Amino acid sequence: MLERLKCMLVKEFIQALRDPRMRFILFVLPVFQTVVFGYAVNTDVRQVATAIYDLDNSQESRELTAQFVKSGYFKVTEYVDRDSQVRELIDRGKVKAAIRMDRGFGAAIRAGRSTPLQIILDGSDSNTAGIVLNYAGKIAARYSEQLQLQQVTRKGGIPMRTGGVELQSRAWFNDNLESRNFYVPAVIANIVMIITMLLSSMAVVREKEIGTMEQIIVTPIRKFEFILGKTIPFVLIGFLDVALITLVAVFWFEVPIRGSLLLLFGATALFLMSSLGFGLFISTISQTQQQAMMSAFFFIFPAMLLSGFAFPIENMPPAVQWLTYANPLRYYIVIIRSIYLKGVGVAVLWPQMLGLAILGGVILSFAVRRFHKTLS
Amino acid sequence: MELATDTHNGFAVTLRNLEKRFGDFVAVNRVNLDVRKGEIFGFLGPNGAGKSTTIRMLCGILEPTAGSGTVAGFDITRQAEEIKKHIGYMSQRFSLYEDLTVAENIDFYSGIYRIPAARKNARKEWVIEMAGLTEHRNSRTAILSGGWKQRLALGCAILHEPPIIFLDEPTSGVDPISRRNFWDLIYQLAGEGVTVFVTTHYMDEAEYCDRLGLIYRGELIALGTPGELKSRFMAEEVIEVLCDQPQEALEPIEQLAEVKHAALFGRGLHVVAERADDAIPAITARLKELNLPVNRIEQILPSLEDVFVSQIESHDRKEAPQREVAS
Ligand SMILES: Nc1ncnc2c1ncn2[C@@H]1O[C@H](COP(=O)(O)OP(=O)(O)OP(=O)(O)O)[C@@H](O)[C@H]1O
Ligand SMILES: [Mg+2]
Repeated sequence: MLERLKCMLVKEFIQALRDPRMRFILFVLPVFQTVVFGYAVNTDVRQVATAIYDLDNSQESRELTAQFVKSGYFKVTEYVDRDSQVRELIDRGKVKAAIRMDRGFGAAIRAGRSTPLQIILDGSDSNTAGIVLNYAGKIAARYSEQLQLQQVTRKGGIPMRTGGVELQSRAWFNDNLESRNFYVPAVIANIVMIITMLLSSMAVVREKEIGTMEQIIVTPIRKFEFILGKTIPFVLIGFLDVALITLVAVFWFEVPIRGSLLLLFGATALFLMSSLGFGLFISTISQTQQQAMMSAFFFIFPAMLLSGFAFPIENMPPAVQWLTYANPLRYYIVIIRSIYLKGVGVAVLWPQMLGLAILGGVILSFAVRRFHKTLS
Repeated sequence: MELATDTHNGFAVTLRNLEKRFGDFVAVNRVNLDVRKGEIFGFLGPNGAGKSTTIRMLCGILEPTAGSGTVAGFDITRQAEEIKKHIGYMSQRFSLYEDLTVAENIDFYSGIYRIPAARKNARKEWVIEMAGLTEHRNSRTAILSGGWKQRLALGCAILHEPPIIFLDEPTSGVDPISRRNFWDLIYQLAGEGVTVFVTTHYMDEAEYCDRLGLIYRGELIALGTPGELKSRFMAEEVIEVLCDQPQEALEPIEQLAEVKHAALFGRGLHVVAERADDAIPAITARLKELNLPVNRIEQILPSLEDVFVSQIESHDRKEAPQREVAS
């Protein structure tokens, strides 16, 4: 048993490490992906390109504009004086927002009347639009509060401290709501899934394609020795990639890791059961590496979409939410994010770990049962 | 280890009504065959006849659809894994790892076959020596020439010294000298008592075999030693006609009532007839009429190729009416 397994492993490692393309996929691609996600995926809203549509041009309107700029969320890039210009700028994506103040804006304020402030948003990115609207509302509210205060003072009264309620939101675990801290750890899950599922299935199918499988089948090697020989290298490579991405995340992007690394590797081992199980299953239904690749992406895309990696599961329709419980990636991403950002341990994460163990056990045993030492 | 039940009766391979279907297509059709121990058994047939499919069933790569068989005394459906310990197999395609070196390939297979540590090195050196790869032991297999690859593949298939080896077109695409060397190896193995089951397209190789089976469209249509096939399976007689323009002579000869069929053969024609004594005068007369001078005309012993062409044609003649009715 051990001797056959040993020579399978020696052979697999020689094959994986001798091929320069393979080395690139195994070790450069994960780092590259992490860097891309670290820099490119940024849902933080700052310095939104904004057009000012000031028909009043009074002291008050200029002051409010200054408040918008001062907040740091808005960056005035254009001044316009016609509706059609606003439309064009938004159509062309030159600005994401336009702030409109009508003639008589200043006069109304001076007279102590309330007056509308209009904000026009590019709603095609609904997420950003929502956040911008929220900021704009806060700025406007603060400005009217100031105006009231000034008015009371000017009338000679003592500003009454009205018992207003101010919302002070504070996001725990990710104090500045940095999207990087949220996304970079989860890249681990995607990379580990792609590398292990895709490459393990291709490693088996390649032997069918080049004809060496036929030669292996006529040897007395046992099914388990073959399967272990094909999967153990990818378990090790999966662990190595987790370590590699963690290094980049922590030392390059300064993403905090608050929990236990050991737990991270433990969860990875549980996740690999599903991932390699799928890989093995794909290898039983594919005759060529190209087929294997297509089938692997057939699993990988839905798994990613329904994992909560980019789209929050709470926003999905209930039926789809139920579906995500069958997705091992969902549990793995929750575990990774929790270990990184919250620093929680098994006491909190055991349901997810149990989910991974059950799914992994089912998928892997199904795939192993389907795997036969014959061609057909 | 399970006990082999009938190795002592002297047969390395026995097949009873072995059948393989792929969907509706019958690739191997109820084949019966016994191969004696220590024999070089040649399996001949045109492309797509079912040679590889049969060998694959014997080696436990494919499961038969029906019928039964034994290899080294083990049942091919129930004891395939036991069979694998006692056979060597060389597939039709080169099937070693091209990204591994010669030595790495040998090490891999000797590990998989669990060759005892004491013998490992000797076997490795033997294979390298036999394949003539001493200088290339650390070269990647991909760069080796066809003849070297074939000998290395044979070496890896017999590292564990199996008593039965299956070779599927081992010499296709190899130059004549390498083919000759390869057959020397096969003789050497057979001399040591190894049973060799080999498929081929080459008639000269067929002559080297102790016994031959001819498979056509999945059916075994002739079986015997090369000598037996030439005398027994050839009901007709063969006439060799050497003339200056054999292409032009072909059609007029085929139209003669005394002739069954004719084919170009080297620089002349081989004519198959019921009785040579009747056909020779008829051919001579016809060619004289046409002004095609005959250099030589005589009855000859049929070659294996004559036997196979004739067998295949008579098989087609038998099948054709049935197929017309069926369709
Ligand atoms: N897996 C398969 N599925 C469907 N048909 C198959 C399969 N394998 C073989 N066949 C068909 O079975 C027939 C016999 O194939 P086989 O490979 O045994 O022929 P062969 O005698 O070895 O021919 P060759 O000299 O070309 O190697 C062919 O018509 C082939 O197309
Ligand atoms: Mg073949």
